[in-house]
Amino acid sequence: MRIFLKRLAGMLVVLVGVVLLLFIMLRIIPGSPVTTLLGERASQQVIDRMTEELGLNDPLFMQFLRYVGNALHGDFGTSYKLNRPVSALIMSAFPNTVRLSIFAALFAWGVGIIAGIISAICKNQQRFRLLSSLIDRLFMGGALVGVSMPVFMTCLFLQYFLAYRVQLFPLSGFDQPLSVVLPAIALGWNSAGTVARMTRSSLLEVMQADYISTARAKGRGSAGIILCHALKNSMLPVVTMMALQISSMLSGAVITETVFGINGIGRLAVTAIQSRDMPLLQGTVIFTTILVMLGNLAADTLYSVLDPRIRREG
Amino acid sequence: MEMKEQVREPDFVLEIRHLRSSFFTRRGEVPAVNDVTIQVPRGKIIGIVGESGCGKSMTAKSVMGLLKYPGRVVSGEILLEGRDIAGMKERELRKICGNEITMIFQEPMTSLNPVIKVGKQVSEALLLHHRELSRAQAREQAIEMFRKVGINEPEKRYDCYPHELSGGLRQRVMIAMAMVCRPKLLIADEPTTALDVTIEAQILKLMKQLRDEIGMSIIIITHNLGVVAELCDYVYVMYAGKIMEQAETFELFDHTAHPYTKGLMDSIPRIGSNAEHLHTIPGVVPNLLHLPKGCLFSNRCPYADDRCRQERPELYQVSQQHCARCFLLEKTGEEAEAHG
Ligand SMILES: Nc1ncnc2c1ncn2[C@@H]1O[C@H](COP(=O)(O)OP(=O)(O)OP(=O)(O)O)[C@@H](O)[C@H]1O
Ligand SMILES: [Mg+2]
Repeated sequence: MRIFLKRLAGMLVVLVGVVLLLFIMLRIIPGSPVTTLLGERASQQVIDRMTEELGLNDPLFMQFLRYVGNALHGDFGTSYKLNRPVSALIMSAFPNTVRLSIFAALFAWGVGIIAGIISAICKNQQRFRLLSSLIDRLFMGGALVGVSMPVFMTCLFLQYFLAYRVQLFPLSGFDQPLSVVLPAIALGWNSAGTVARMTRSSLLEVMQADYISTARAKGRGSAGIILCHALKNSMLPVVTMMALQISSMLSGAVITETVFGINGIGRLAVTAIQSRDMPLLQGTVIFTTILVMLGNLAADTLYSVLDPRIRREG
Repeated sequence: MEMKEQVREPDFVLEIRHLRSSFFTRRGEVPAVNDVTIQVPRGKIIGIVGESGCGKSMTAKSVMGLLKYPGRVVSGEILLEGRDIAGMKERELRKICGNEITMIFQEPMTSLNPVIKVGKQVSEALLLHHRELSRAQAREQAIEMFRKVGINEPEKRYDCYPHELSGGLRQRVMIAMAMVCRPKLLIADEPTTALDVTIEAQILKLMKQLRDEIGMSIIIITHNLGVVAELCDYVYVMYAGKIMEQAETFELFDHTAHPYTKGLMDSIPRIGSNAEHLHTIPGVVPNLLHLPKGCLFSNRCPYADDRCRQERPELYQVSQQHCARCFLLEKTGEEAEAHG
């Protein structure tokens, strides 16, 4: 429990650091949000009044304190561009992003782990050499494609083949039940490839371990060996990997949401960047940071459930 | 005919006949076990000794069906109470392993699964072979076995993970795991090499005691002749995949016949002897990929002559229950004495 609280405190510190850094960075980049907001031809008087209204003339420190103070009350400011409260915008986008990420993760990790296991089994066994090596190569080839293809390419390919040529899934939007399929695959494929390759190599390595021989000497059959003795051990590095993937998936979500026209946090962030919409950008970044941290916390928890050596040392 | 055989043959739990196991590597066939014949009488402790890499572990793994690709049994028979288990299907072999034959491995540190409680790993062996047992019963029996192998507070230890136990305790867990099904044969592959001397003595004593209690046979693999002297009834000396000498323990120590065995005996450090003059066998173990044409030991043997380098010797009878693979023993026992 104490460890948990410690982690939580650490997360808070990181969050404040992220906000501060972002705050400073947004204000030292050239160009003022006011000109973007009002257009190039606005008169100096209007610009001055607007700058004053937005509090942009105050010292940076004051601006920061005011922002944090408001944020603690759930007020993240009002979007310059969309002219609505940032919290409301995020709340409407948030469920979409979470849904997309969860399905992408399910696809990536489910398919990745299963493909990795099958590949490892095929690689390891001596009967049906030809068939099993074919399956192994097929899966690893698919994984390689996933790892090496940029997300936006995967998006376009999937849209072209599965939504346009063969109209299995909606082309874009997020309002039908099947809408989530293509974006989730596009977003998850990369991670699936990494996870599959990692699961395979980790499982193959674990299968060489002494304790696997012990289990066989005990009379465990091949299936029992993998399920009861090898899998849990081989998942340890994979879980670490998965924790790292959470953040890369969220950044991939920016692209996926844009290509598929999904109203999510990623697309909000893109809008915010394009229009120098500082409150909106700050809001989205803070939210994404929280998501990543929660994901890492979950991964760490899972890791300590899997590995007793971590659990007791604390 | 059958009756006659039964009368004539002593009661062997395990008989390995002309076993060959090889690794088929890219550079060629590595004959790790090369025509090995070993007999294990019921209730006896058999020792297999030899330098590192001579194929002791591979012999044991061949019996358990544990050879890893690209290694496999090439030919020979492995008879467990008359049933040939070398040609058995994997599924049937698994029913025998862990139940009728069990094995303790060289490395207690890595031989237990790090993410499963040790008690569960022991009761797993029971549950696999005795479907009629409930989990609670298996737990009870495992704890009972823990007590028997001298683990303090067995109930508490049952729920420990391997990393929470010392090396000695882990090896005791391994022994408990190997004994819990009351096997007919226990193969212990260097059970004490990784442990310190006090623990070693305890573990060896424990194994002997359990042998007397359960009445099983034991094969002890070791390169420590002290362990052999203390424990074994009969000894096989292995070199480069072949049996070089075999004899009852006292006979082997009193009338060492093979130059290789002599070399091994001379290499035992003794209290009082000058450590700087510690005897070693000169030369190196031959590369298994390019075995010499003649006797496998000829390149290191002080007695080797031209014939030794050209021809391979058979196992010659030295006396009853004592054979050695050396031309020196081909003729009469007297000549063997002169050299031994
Ligand atoms: N995967 C492999 N490929 C080729 N040769 C191998 C392989 N594994 C083992 N060997 C060979 O098998 C031989 C016998 O090895 P084994 O493990 O039985 O030795 P050992 O007598 O148990 O030695 P130690 O006392 O070190 O345990 C070794 O000389 C080694 O060269
Ligand atoms: Mg060995």
